[in-house]
Amino acid sequence: MANSTSGQEKKSYLYFPGCTMQATGIAYGESVRTLFRLLGLQVEELEDWNCCGATSYMSIDERAAFVLSARNLSLARQAGPRDLVVPCTACFLMLRKTQEYVRQYPSIRQEVEGALKQAGIPPMGPVRVRHPLDVLYSDVGVEQIRAKATRRWHGGRLACYYGCQALRPYAEADQAYNPMRMDELLQAVGVTTVDFPLKTKCCGGSLTGTIHPVGVRLNYIILKEVARRGAQAVATMCSLCQFNLDAYQSEMREEAHEVFDVPILYFTQILGWALGGDFRSLGLHRGIAGRNLIGQWFTTPKEVEAYV
Amino acid sequence: MSNGNGSVRIGFYVCHCGTNIAGVVDVKALAEWAATVPSVVVSRDYKYMCSDPGQELIQQDIRDHHLNRIVVASCSPHLHERTFQTATAKGGLSPYYFQMVNIREHDSWVHKDKKAATEKAKDLVRAALRRVVFHEPLEKKQVPVRSDVLVVGGGIAGIHAALTLANAGKHVYLVEREATIGGHMAKFDKTFPTLDCAACILTPKMTAVRSHPNITMWTLSEVAEVGGYVGNYHVKVRRKPRYVLEDACIGCLECIEACVYKQAKVSDEFNLGLGKRKPIYIPFPQAVPQVVLIDPETCIEFKSGKCKKTCVEICADRNAIDFKQQEEIKEIEVGTIIMSTGFQTVDAARIPYYGYGAYPNVYTSLEVERLINASGPTGGEVILRDGKKPKAVGIVHCVGSRDENTNRWCSRVCCMYSLKLAHLIKEHTDAEVFNFYIDIRTPGKGFEEFYCKLLSEGVHFIRGRVAEVTDWALDPSEEGKLVIRVEDTLIGRVRRIPVDMVVLSVGLEPHADADEVRRQFNITCSTEGWFLERHPKLAPVNTFTDGIFLAGCCQGPKDIPDTVAQAGAAAAEALVLIDAGHVELEPNTAYVLEDECSGCKSCLSLCPYTAIAYHEEKKKAEINEVLCKGCGVCVAACPSGSIQQHMFQDEQIFAEIEGVLAHA
Repeated sequence: MANSTSGQEKKSYLYFPGCTMQATGIAYGESVRTLFRLLGLQVEELEDWNCCGATSYMSIDERAAFVLSARNLSLARQAGPRDLVVPCTACFLMLRKTQEYVRQYPSIRQEVEGALKQAGIPPMGPVRVRHPLDVLYSDVGVEQIRAKATRRWHGGRLACYYGCQALRPYAEADQAYNPMRMDELLQAVGVTTVDFPLKTKCCGGSLTGTIHPVGVRLNYIILKEVARRGAQAVATMCSLCQFNLDAYQSEMREEAHEVFDVPILYFTQILGWALGGDFRSLGLHRGIAGRNLIGQWFTTPKEVEAYV
Repeated sequence: MSNGNGSVRIGFYVCHCGTNIAGVVDVKALAEWAATVPSVVVSRDYKYMCSDPGQELIQQDIRDHHLNRIVVASCSPHLHERTFQTATAKGGLSPYYFQMVNIREHDSWVHKDKKAATEKAKDLVRAALRRVVFHEPLEKKQVPVRSDVLVVGGGIAGIHAALTLANAGKHVYLVEREATIGGHMAKFDKTFPTLDCAACILTPKMTAVRSHPNITMWTLSEVAEVGGYVGNYHVKVRRKPRYVLEDACIGCLECIEACVYKQAKVSDEFNLGLGKRKPIYIPFPQAVPQVVLIDPETCIEFKSGKCKKTCVEICADRNAIDFKQQEEIKEIEVGTIIMSTGFQTVDAARIPYYGYGAYPNVYTSLEVERLINASGPTGGEVILRDGKKPKAVGIVHCVGSRDENTNRWCSRVCCMYSLKLAHLIKEHTDAEVFNFYIDIRTPGKGFEEFYCKLLSEGVHFIRGRVAEVTDWALDPSEEGKLVIRVEDTLIGRVRRIPVDMVVLSVGLEPHADADEVRRQFNITCSTEGWFLERHPKLAPVNTFTDGIFLAGCCQGPKDIPDTVAQAGAAAAEALVLIDAGHVELEPNTAYVLEDECSGCKSCLSLCPYTAIAYHEEKKKAEINEVLCKGCGVCVAACPSGSIQQHMFQDEQIFAEIEGVLAHA
């Protein structure tokens, strides 16, 4: 990317990876960082961050979860007046929920403030927690993405799958029921997206781990409709959605008598690739299903590279 | 009546109000304490002061003890001030020698600490005892009530109210925003639960309005300005141009046929866009007035000025078409006003997961009314947008009602109209009809029986709030269908029901401009935006503004029987004022102390009721007592303190303040 930042003000963000970006969602973290770098956006990882408080914390001890999130928010505030970019939607929701609950419920506010004080941590302040979809759409914009793309998409039609946590109840990253921003961003680099009514339906969440058949069934419903709509792959924005849809496709053969081999991508991988990103730096080597298609689509022949 | 001269002799009474007051305030101690206050001659506590014996007590004491001031500590003056004023007057005193203290709403109901509440009661009572000393005997002023009535909105509520008043011999101005009267009811096919044809029962009333000698009907008109007060409202009405002279047009409709547009191409508002009309049109065949109108947005003559004007040609000698017609302002004087402005249905697109606007075969209930209606866009055939007959139809109840995300209230009519539509759709198409409901609410006369009839007709009822209307298919039976996903709460399972047509039973909500309208008329709204009645049980058609009454859905969702009943009640309330001939107004008016007025005129522009004039010869301000509403603005504003107000004299207010503060 030669002209990545020319004539543009460099915007700087704080980055909250959460545990997932280092584990099942490692490709998401890699592609977000690569894409932001290609766009000339500065990203600094929040120093000494801790667990966001989602998953088991939230279901067992809500107050403890709020306190954990509050510590992160306090660190973010101290690290300067910058927006906190959170790709993991579970982290995103947890941080936003903490802000809202502390604001709305005096008893929670007291408890959280008390805990921070006891630990000698400065109080949490007004930090803007943002999902990369929102940053890319609102701060960068579809036109910038279009202008900066160096590769034109030559892969198949995609279904954009937004999941739930980044949109509900806080519909800040996009509309709650009919989000379109991921579609618009991907269309800007030449992707044909299909009309996909299941774009905010449940991926199964943690049910794939707890009541496994139910979780897989929910995955199946989505993948079946993806195929029915004529899409060859799915673009996601949540590491849990991506993992659920990616990891259990081989199991569906027995359950649903159908064979799926559908690439489950992060939208940031596709945008990053369009902006000239490298296969491995976007974590494209990490997917499970649809390896053949991923290979075809993302290892570009030279003539496609020439597109500007 | 006694003028209260001589030494002040106060009678003080504290009411127990059962345990409402006595449960918190020590009423005995309060009465004993009051007895020690100078000028208090009699001090008593009594279980219910508002009862006949309670009132009798006051009258007897006035006679026995030559009392000349009365103070009662009880509930809110809203409730019983008039009661005690009347008792005072019956005892032979001016009712304005009475003062009320509210120790219920302001004290016993809001406090728990008995000792502190009793002390507070003493403070409040002390204020009244000091104030009442300065009271004066006043005369109520009477103003005449004009017998003409303004009815705003020509739906079934306005029509019924107007006809009732006109039949009683009063002149009515009926103002309607649309080109025809009839409102929502004119769009319906049948009415529940009797299934009689809406047009058959409505159109005779519409034509009766048109031909009634006592009704002046103005369509395409809106109220532009409201001034004055009960009995004497001045109203300006804006009459928008129809571009067709109402008196000249005979409703032959030949101009529509003759229009240079051979095909109807414009989306037809009356049919909610399901049909087409021409630029010159009549909203529906039985429209009243039976007069065409021209839509300047689409008429070629308005756009280019180069139309052949075949409409004018065919109209010939009648010369009813007037492209140059202008907006007109009519000024009228009325004594009372009836608001019957109705409702709007919820925009179904606000609920994205029901697919309205996204899937062509998702309809609103009002659209389906038009499809079923014989004079509607399909001539009464229930067909989908592609012309096919639906084989399965889902009716989704409570769309935009009972929902935190849209409106929280129950719209009251949707259950019944959904049942009616289910019956009619089945009758017209023989389709399988599914009703998706939260609860079936059928509390009206004959309503439950209608529901039972539907059950026996084989209409399906699935209890559950629909999650979404979608077109994603799980198996071949769902291909090409709309799928209604719902938790059937009676069997405890999530179900998917494939249908060809979805009807969204949209709820009722206040008009988008309801708040503007209520400001114009100076009436109040509930938090939801419905016009607020003075009392939900005992004054359901009155507003807080005297002389303005409510009828129909502008006050809240209701069905046609309730609307008509309320419209009749509103007309009766207007008749009460008209036939009394006058209203009594509180003598709380402001007056000028002529000697002290410097003639600075600063009060003139401040008066919201234009009650103050400037006397050129005397060079003083003069207040018209009849126009003064007692708002007190001029009193506060007068730089020389030369404006005073009855019932709010400086000495009265200062005495009251000192009374409250004397505690410390």
